[in-house]
Amino acid sequence: MPAKLQRLWRDSVLGRHVLVALVGLLVVLLLLETVNDFRAIQLSSMAYLGIAAGGLTILTGLNGQISLGHGALMAIGAYTAALMLPDRDASTPLPLVVLVSVLVTLAVGTAVGAAAARLHGPYLAGATLALAVAVPGIALYFGETLGGEQGLRVSMPDVPVWALDAEYLLTGTEMTRSGWVALMAWTTLAVTYVLLANLSRGRVGRRWRAVRDGEVSAELAGIRLGRSRVSAFMVSAAAAGAAGAMLAFTVRLAAPSGFTLTLSLTLLTAVVLGGLGSLGGALVGAALLTFLPPFVTSVGSDAGLSDLRAAELAPLVYGLVMIAVILLAPAGIAGSFRAWRIRRQARVAVAPAPVAASATGTTGTPDSPTRSTVPTSSKGTPT
Amino acid sequence: MSATSSPAAPSPGAASATGPVLELRDVTVTFGGVTALSGVGLAVRPHQVLGVIGPNGAGKTTLFNVACGFVTPDTGTIVRESRELGRLHAHQLAGLGMARTLQGLGLFDRMSVLDNVVVGADRHASVGFLGSLLALPRAAREERELRERARAVLEELGIAAYADRYPPSLPYPVRKRVALARALAAEPTLLLLDEPASGLSADEMDELGDLVRSLTDRMSVMLVEHHMDLVMRVCDEITVLDFGRVIAHGTPAEVRDDPAVLAAYLGEVVGDEDAPGALPATPEGGR
Repeated sequence: MPAKLQRLWRDSVLGRHVLVALVGLLVVLLLLETVNDFRAIQLSSMAYLGIAAGGLTILTGLNGQISLGHGALMAIGAYTAALMLPDRDASTPLPLVVLVSVLVTLAVGTAVGAAAARLHGPYLAGATLALAVAVPGIALYFGETLGGEQGLRVSMPDVPVWALDAEYLLTGTEMTRSGWVALMAWTTLAVTYVLLANLSRGRVGRRWRAVRDGEVSAELAGIRLGRSRVSAFMVSAAAAGAAGAMLAFTVRLAAPSGFTLTLSLTLLTAVVLGGLGSLGGALVGAALLTFLPPFVTSVGSDAGLSDLRAAELAPLVYGLVMIAVILLAPAGIAGSFRAWRIRRQARVAVAPAPVAASATGTTGTPDSPTRSTVPTSSKGTPT
Repeated sequence: MSATSSPAAPSPGAASATGPVLELRDVTVTFGGVTALSGVGLAVRPHQVLGVIGPNGAGKTTLFNVACGFVTPDTGTIVRESRELGRLHAHQLAGLGMARTLQGLGLFDRMSVLDNVVVGADRHASVGFLGSLLALPRAAREERELRERARAVLEELGIAAYADRYPPSLPYPVRKRVALARALAAEPTLLLLDEPASGLSADEMDELGDLVRSLTDRMSVMLVEHHMDLVMRVCDEITVLDFGRVIAHGTPAEVRDDPAVLAAYLGEVVGDEDAPGALPATPEGGR
């Protein structure tokens, strides 16, 4: 029976991903029970950063494209959501708002991705940087409809009665609006991650990786490079759109100051910290981004620093963590963990490998056992 | 004998039993003012191994690149199984049942050996974006099939033990086999091998020769190679290039005794009456 379960676990990709997502969601749900409003808002922030970072880690980690414009893509999602939830009229169903936000961002992402597919490295970074700089400007230019510097306020509907009832029935407490938003954000994150994980583990993800690692070889295998790159950009743009909508729900405001270049850079650092190409790593990065600065600030105040000095401590520590990770674990947190596992597995596999190979091989093995003990190179960051 | 699946597939050039699976006619390529190939013609016949040899700079690699769409010739036509191909793009190659290996191997370094080979088998996959996104049962089944197919090729080449390893951690001969496995996983009807023996020891080269011979019941092979003994051993026919022209063509024995070939390899100046006579793709080059 355990063997059968094991096989089921290995074979059913979708089931595995959904199960992990459900367990994760349950943990968040329990956590939300115990925390106050402030923490709930923090958890929402972590969720929308995590969604955007998840999309970006797929783009950068699996397809090798860098984007400095994901903050701008989030802005497009957030503004779309804000336009659909104007003041005093909160009748549009939220799932529809999210869907439209994703679609609008997807449309913009497709256009950007089509241009990006022709660019490499620093040129791609430059082009997406232009997006990050230009989009907040658009909000200022169309001040009439987009609210200019002040931005657009988002009016959130009340927590639906069924959710209130369910909460009361299960725990005997009232569900706050922040808790409700956090729950929505984490549900969106769970759905997004399941879909991204499916892609990553399936044919599409493998083709993305092939394009990343070897253009010529990928083409020879019948993969069209341009299409593959555009599709990766579209997927990550869609995730950024969903993240933007969740940001609008959480902050209840879509304003240019929320989508500066810093946001784009922050997302990229989260992805690098966590480990390129790893969804778990993206979530770790988002958690660091959300919780490390307030934590450091409070430690600073406890140590007797003035509030101003304590606040200055946060970016310093964040920078130090970044430098430490890049020096000590260039593959990121999740990447290092995986590399360690592979190294261990290689050590185990090395001794019996040549024997097994010559036993099974019809043409014999050419390699000498001594040469196959070359250890896994540490710069190979398998995904 | 081969563990590879789908026994129906290996019937290259089913329609034309005797016609060539690939033919290059009168191909000329110039880079700037330099003529890399001039009026070259050759034909790969079903279930045969065609070798392309020649001294350094003779145009072997350019010829190979023309055959697989990396280089567009100035003039000349490429005919695949009696169908003339227009402008050929590299990504169309797999769909035409052609696979090639690269001199630099071009392995996907951050993908496992198994995944490398699965990419080679990708042309047999049909699941689209949505199927992948939702991990539909059909997609999962296809993934399993592709992986089994890739595993079978790894078994056949005796490198199944390395399936979960990553290429940078493997010795060169194994990596070469991975590259070959990736090409074979596509189950091509025509395999193009670019310098398959470079960097191999004598023993390994013998094994490679046996392997290439064993492939001919499933596909035709065209190979570019420096190592004469390997070429002489595995090829049914050999085309010899020098300075972008075909100077000889024939069986290994014929080519070996051809004075034009000897001259080209030993660097002697060929007599004036020799060179023009050997110009186009005359079946019996040289004289």
